[in-house]
Amino acid sequence: MSHTWKPVFVVLAILAAIFIARTIIVPPKFGIWESGYMYGWHNKANEQFWLNYKAKYKGRDYCNGCHPDKYSAIMNSPHAIIQCEDCHGPAIDHPDNPPKLAIDKSRALCLRCHVKLPYPTSHRNDLPGFLNPDEHNPGIECVSCHNPHSPVLGGMR
Amino acid sequence: MNRRKFLKIIGGMAAGAGAIGTFRFLAPGEAEALIKSSNIRWAFLVDTYKCVGCGMCVKACKLENGIPYDAPVTRTWVERYVILKDGDVLADTPKGARDGFTSPVTEGRQVNPADIDKAFFVPKLCNQCDKPPCVQVCPVGATYRTAQGIVLVDRTWCIGCGYCIMACPYGVRFFHPVYHTAEKCTFCYHRINHGMTTACVQACPFDARKIGNLKDPNDPVTKVIMTERVAVLKDEYGTKPQVYYIGLDRNVR
Ligand code: HEC
Ligand code: HEC
Ligand code: HEC
Ligand code: HEC
Repeated sequence: MSHTWKPVFVVLAILAAIFIARTIIVPPKFGIWESGYMYGWHNKANEQFWLNYKAKYKGRDYCNGCHPDKYSAIMNSPHAIIQCEDCHGPAIDHPDNPPKLAIDKSRALCLRCHVKLPYPTSHRNDLPGFLNPDEHNPGIECVSCHNPHSPVLGGMR
Repeated sequence: MNRRKFLKIIGGMAAGAGAIGTFRFLAPGEAEALIKSSNIRWAFLVDTYKCVGCGMCVKACKLENGIPYDAPVTRTWVERYVILKDGDVLADTPKGARDGFTSPVTEGRQVNPADIDKAFFVPKLCNQCDKPPCVQVCPVGATYRTAQGIVLVDRTWCIGCGYCIMACPYGVRFFHPVYHTAEKCTFCYHRINHGMTTACVQACPFDARKIGNLKDPNDPVTKVIMTERVAVLKDEYGTKPQVYYIGLDRNVR
């Protein structure tokens, strides 16, 4: 064989190696989908990863099954619009895991809504609260006087 | 070769190229999509009048989606705008509003209520653009738009170059502190496709956030978007964002 052909075979071998490596590395579902190269160039199998991601927040109807007292209390109170998990954190697989949800008695939890911010046109302005919370029983947890599941001023603790 | 022959060949080639150019070769996926396209197009509706800045949405989003709680990054956040009578515009989002807004001090300034012209909260999240620049710039095809219009990131494929983070005009992308890949709001893809609503929508006590299907004319969110006065952010960028706002102000960027 003429020595001039040898480099050609070397090049062909490299190309073949690249082609084989590409077939192994690139997932079979990698392709050009719905919207062409500009927006549709991806591995379609990855969508399944996001579909399989585990949801952690259950919603309060789930809580009602085991804590109906709390559920009915809050549903008949000014706090009816607040989800249990907003204050107690995500249920995940509670009561299997975690067996108990967090109980946050900090003033900061309540002050998320009950610091008065006098902003016209913002609903924040309509919520009952304090321009300066340090003037409303400072240093004491709100829940030692108010019941978070039934925060009516008549039925204080 | 003489001149006449040369011109003939060139002319023939041009005609041939023109003829081929009129056909567009469809990839199998494209052809399939043309035949059966999705009957869902997710869109988001935010009512800035209703938002009180409690930050429950941000807390829920971080916990639901496994974004390290104390890392200074978040998929959704709430901005506060305080526009003063003297024309000054103050805007802040302490910790992305993860712990809500509990102080009238904005950008380090103690604001006197009498000086406020208007003040309000604006929740922000991924706009799930119809023409997503982040997808366009990704060099490896790790970020993509699904048939339902949601932009997702393939964590196994992302090389962490950060182009998409630069390209997003809304600043919704960041690096995940654990995986070191591009991260963004997915409209809780795992929830909305399994009959649930997103974590932030569920957590919002004031109905300031809603999600709906634009392809369903009877969807309440679609009805609002179609019949009421809504606006989107940075319309002029041509990205066709799909998060609609009620009560947007020109000071909101
Ligand atoms: C299948 C039944 C079940 C469901 C559903 C359930 N829980 Fe529980 N929960 C329990 C049990 C059992 C305990 C442990 C009580 C104990 O040990 O005193 C518990 C404990 C708790 C505690 C801690 C109480 C304490 O005294 O420390 C909280 C808070 C709580 N649950 C909130 C919730 C919320 C919010 C939901 C809804 C997202 C919920 N639970 C759903 C069964 C349930
Ligand atoms: C506004 C915030 C908030 C909301 C909303 C809320 N909780 Fe609570 N929850 C608290 C706080 C604070 C405590 C601790 C109360 C105390 O120590 O008196 C508590 C205590 C509890 C306890 C255990 C202590 C006890 O008193 O027996 C349970 C169980 C519980 N909550 C369940 C629920 C359920 C179920 C819901 C929804 C229906 C709910 N919570 C909604 C703030 C909240
Ligand atoms: C997510 C926002 C939010 C959080 C967090 C919250 N509240 Fe409330 N609270 C409200 C709303 C909304 C009302 C009802 C206002 C109305 O009816 O106009 C309310 C009403 C009340 C009232 C009755 C006020 C009145 O004038 O009748 C009390 C007391 C109260 N909350 C205490 C608490 C306490 C204590 C906590 C902490 C455990 C807490 N709240 C956490 C939103 C919140
Ligand atoms: C020592 C008991 C006590 C503590 C602690 C306490 N409160 Fe109160 N709170 C009251 C009483 C009594 C009233 C009704 C009389 C009044 O307005 O002062 C009240 C009224 C309120 C009101 C209604 C105000 C209005 O203008 O309608 C809200 C809201 C409230 N409290 C929230 C809170 C929050 C949030 C905390 C924690 C940061 C808290 N409270 C801590 C005793 C307490």
